[in-house]
Amino acid sequence: MNRVVMQLTVRGLFGRRRAVLLVILPVLLLLLAALTRWASGGDPTASVGLTGGFAMGTVVPLMCLLVGTGVIGPEIDDGSIVYLLAKPLPRRTILLSKLVVALAAALVFAVLPTMASAAIAGDQGMRLTMAFGVTAALAAIAYTTIFVALSVVTRNAVIVGLLYALVWETLLGGYVPGVRDVSVRQWALAPAEHLLGTRAAEWGVTSVVSMTVGLALLTATTVAAAVLAVRRLQTLRLTTGD
Amino acid sequence: MSTLVLERVSRWYGNVVAVNDVTMTIGPGITGLLGPNGAGKSTLISTMGGFLAPSAGSATLDGVPVWRNPAIYRTIGLVPEAEAMYDMVTGWQFVVANARLHRLPDAEGAARMALETVEMMDAKDRDIGTYSKGMKQRVKMATALVHNPAVLLLDEPFNGMDPRQRLHLMDLLRRLAGQGRTVLFSSHILEEVEEIADTIEVLVAGRHAASGDYRGIRRLMTERPHQYTISSSDDRRLAAAIIADGAADSVDLSAGTLAVQAADFGRFVHALPRLARDTGVRLLEVSPADESLESVFAYLVAR
Repeated sequence: MNRVVMQLTVRGLFGRRRAVLLVILPVLLLLLAALTRWASGGDPTASVGLTGGFAMGTVVPLMCLLVGTGVIGPEIDDGSIVYLLAKPLPRRTILLSKLVVALAAALVFAVLPTMASAAIAGDQGMRLTMAFGVTAALAAIAYTTIFVALSVVTRNAVIVGLLYALVWETLLGGYVPGVRDVSVRQWALAPAEHLLGTRAAEWGVTSVVSMTVGLALLTATTVAAAVLAVRRLQTLRLTTGD
Repeated sequence: MSTLVLERVSRWYGNVVAVNDVTMTIGPGITGLLGPNGAGKSTLISTMGGFLAPSAGSATLDGVPVWRNPAIYRTIGLVPEAEAMYDMVTGWQFVVANARLHRLPDAEGAARMALETVEMMDAKDRDIGTYSKGMKQRVKMATALVHNPAVLLLDEPFNGMDPRQRLHLMDLLRRLAGQGRTVLFSSHILEEVEEIADTIEVLVAGRHAASGDYRGIRRLMTERPHQYTISSSDDRRLAAAIIADGAADSVDLSAGTLAVQAADFGRFVHALPRLARDTGVRLLEVSPADESLESVFAYLVAR
């Protein structure tokens, strides 16, 4: 980890105009959570509908997309990454420092809002909040690492990531049986199902994979994405025009 | 004192060859990398800076390969062509950050020295986003100089500079070279390179077309056959006189104007007015047909 890389990354993430986007979705989620509570009187099943559906299916992947592509993509696009690369620092350190910043931002802008959503919309003894906290955190780690890797691999990371997040994870991952098996969202739901025990089925928190399989696949995906990102940054082609 | 060596370096992108079998040694002093746009100058500088793997051949700094070797950046300072920097921090913060990334013991002192060298101390506390192009260029220089590198690579550093800034940068490069550093910069303007470079490396269409000091390069460029188109009151009589005098190798009247090719540029330009006077022909227009830099380069490649 390098403190200077992290500081510059934080300035880059929040200094650009797209930082505004970071607060819009979480605020919308909290408003919907309040609305759900008002309409359903704090029923955990309704709370799961909102948090498991909108928060996990849309807010978490999109926020991770924003921070994951935001920590390194713009610098690669405009070439300013050269100021970091032309230093006697292992590129692994540069990438991991940026990844840590992205993960911290994802915790603040994706995981905490998801927990708050569960708590506001309806919970019993914080069990749902904790369960979705674990799920959102695991999903955020995997998503963010995938999107950071995507930004190093392709200049169209935002488009590719958006298609992946919306089409694969939100749409297909929610309904299509085959796709659900290879969806970060389903993998991350497995520990929540386990944590909630007998209440899981009652409240509608179910995953298509077992907890062991879910955690194993999450770990494998995250590690693979991180390794790919480091490798690609080590051989990143940097040349302007000519 | 450090030396960059390119040994039979080629670089291609798919079917396009950007750099073709280039061998050169860049030592202390100022070296100008001269070539028209698209000649592969940036590709070559990226290769020397360790940002691009040569498709064939090797690029080494003091005997050590530069590709995938971040340790070279202790020795190399790089001024990229791209203007983008971290717009949301001040010049001071950015140069200090660069010094810290180099893990310099006194980062702030090094940053102050670098900013003083490029005369940017006055504007150091403004956001980089508010700087003019010339100021950005100077901050870029400061980030490259902050760790006191033995080798400085500059990609088109004079682009977009006004004459005063240009003189200032030339002066700075001369001073840096005077301290025994290896300075390499690229440019597509002969006069720029001629003015400060001790050695000129000419790159055309990816190939190393010529190498030498500016006198040698200048001679190569002026001793090639020169072409002129002339219009006068009597082209035929003038053509006959030129041929009879032996001042030119060939004359051509077929295009409706008088086209002349002369190998000895000096002799021809002195003979022409004398011949015109002697034959009573009035010269209306004499223009060199192909003085563009591209044609000069094309000649060097064909040679």
